Amino acid sequence: MTSFFDVLLGGVFHASVLFLVAAGLQLVFGVQRIVNLACGSFYALGAYFGITAVNWSTAHGAPAWSFLPVLVLSGVLLGAIGPVIERLLRTVYKRDEAFQLLLTFALVLMFQDVLRFFWGATPQQLGNLSMSYGKLAIGEVSFPTYNVLVMAASIAIAVSLGLFLQRTRYGRILRATAENREMAEALGADVRGIYASVFTLGTVLGTVGGALVVPTAAASLDMPVELVVEAFAVVVIGGLGSMRGAVAGALVVGLTRALAISFYAELEVLAIYVIVIAVLIARPAGLFGKPVE
Amino acid sequence: MSALPKRSALVAFVALAVAVLAVLPHLAEPYYVTLVLPAFAYAIALLGFNLLFGTTGLLSFGHALFVAIGAYSTAVLTSKMGVKSFEAIVLVSGVVAVLAAVPVALLSVRYVRIFFGILTLAFGMLFHSFLFKFYDLTGGDTGIRVLRPTLLGMPFAELDKTAFLIGPFYYACLLLLVLLGLAMWRVVHSPFGLQLVAIRENPRKAEYLGVRVRLFRFLAFLISAFYCAVGGAILAINTGQADPELAYWTHSGELVFMTVLGGFASFFGPLVGAFAFIFLKSELMGATQYWRFFLGATLALIVIGFPRGLMGVASDLWRKACRA
Repeated sequence: MTSFFDVLLGGVFHASVLFLVAAGLQLVFGVQRIVNLACGSFYALGAYFGITAVNWSTAHGAPAWSFLPVLVLSGVLLGAIGPVIERLLRTVYKRDEAFQLLLTFALVLMFQDVLRFFWGATPQQLGNLSMSYGKLAIGEVSFPTYNVLVMAASIAIAVSLGLFLQRTRYGRILRATAENREMAEALGADVRGIYASVFTLGTVLGTVGGALVVPTAAASLDMPVELVVEAFAVVVIGGLGSMRGAVAGALVVGLTRALAISFYAELEVLAIYVIVIAVLIARPAGLFGKPVE
Repeated sequence: MSALPKRSALVAFVALAVAVLAVLPHLAEPYYVTLVLPAFAYAIALLGFNLLFGTTGLLSFGHALFVAIGAYSTAVLTSKMGVKSFEAIVLVSGVVAVLAAVPVALLSVRYVRIFFGILTLAFGMLFHSFLFKFYDLTGGDTGIRVLRPTLLGMPFAELDKTAFLIGPFYYACLLLLVLLGLAMWRVVHSPFGLQLVAIRENPRKAEYLGVRVRLFRFLAFLISAFYCAVGGAILAINTGQADPELAYWTHSGELVFMTVLGGFASFFGPLVGAFAFIFLKSELMGATQYWRFFLGATLALIVIGFPRGLMGVASDLWRKACRA
């Protein structure tokens, strides 16, 4: 019984991190129609930079408990690269989507060496910091408090993203732009500004996701390309461009992976992709996506 | 439309290129000759890939799957089943890839644009994780060794590995490239190929005109799988190993990179792209450990500044030269 809950909570923890990255992917695709292969690179950048930020702050006398806010802050600060990369992408907005996809692939290649340049090829770790928050025990089941905090943070982000998109004026303009760019522009929406802020928000979701995962796992150079694989599974299962889909897809992928790893490790990625293909056969647009043309 | 060189000029160009490649092993250093082999392999693979991308308008981000199938078929044939004949290897790899492509293509051609790309990526990663995790069957991350094949029944046992590769095997690959290139030229310029172009330009209109859009996309997919597998077979023989990285999505990305580098709008673009990419990558790797950065920067530059690739640049220069 205990081990079942471990698997379940492990899966949900993984899902909550995946959700952040996938939400960034969905937001950028939903509004800008760009599939951002570099989402995994942002995630890895967040992880590496998070390690550096925590090491720096502890060296300057920050208390041990402060690492979670430091990680979140470092992820948000990294959002500064968002507008720069958006400026680069702006050169191909009017081109075929093959070019947009390729430009993000070029970013993947470049980021790979940026990470190698600053942090080297050996994987980096934060040590056992995630345990410094202790454990939560409910009956016989115990679970690191840190992981619970990350899940809570992810849920909070999901809820506020939902409220932002549904209830605020700017969120409505974003959705209108996603629906019909020309019409939104004709009605006075500042599409340029919207694209820049959406891309930055997408970047921040990725970097914060990476920063939050780093107390529990090492940051390595394989991180960016491996994460893309899972993030894509999430968005395809959930439906491209849908936020609800990101939640559902992240849960499906997170839990599948956790179950596969504990019962039959060979199936880790395979199981995820079998589900992806099954979903596509049964519901081509994904669980929450709009039908494809 | 761009001012294309006349047909006779084209034939002369191609003949010249083949002649240069044919004498290359006698002139260049062995190191550069060994670089040409993967370029041959990718050139063949991209001939097929571009039938789907450039001609039919479907961008696959998973075609490394079929390159890997070609490589693993070669590995299994040579080191597990004792089949050494290169001709048989090429044929069997291609057929295995086509068979594997049937279900993949049936599902994928229901989609277009970005959805097609993501679905093919999913299939590629499915195969990669199979190769990576099922150690007993596939050798896991180390893969399977590939033994030296015979050419037309001749083992060339007296040659060492490099001498075999840059000698007889080089010419076998060159011949294969020419033959498959001619075949692809016929395909692209046949009524079938023209209907693929119609599908790319306007699928709905093509359908009204009686083009069987899905069937033709499906067939183009199968042909591209065959070519990619032949390329994979050559790659595997060249390195002596079939490993799972061949199926990884970044390898599929490299296929697209090469195609765009050369220019996907031109028949010869992907061939030029394959040679340019291999040469560029090897030069960068020799110059700096941060070669990926410069490779990525090159790709960004091509995408932003020269979307028609090297062939586009060349044809612009050609037009200027004609006017002057």
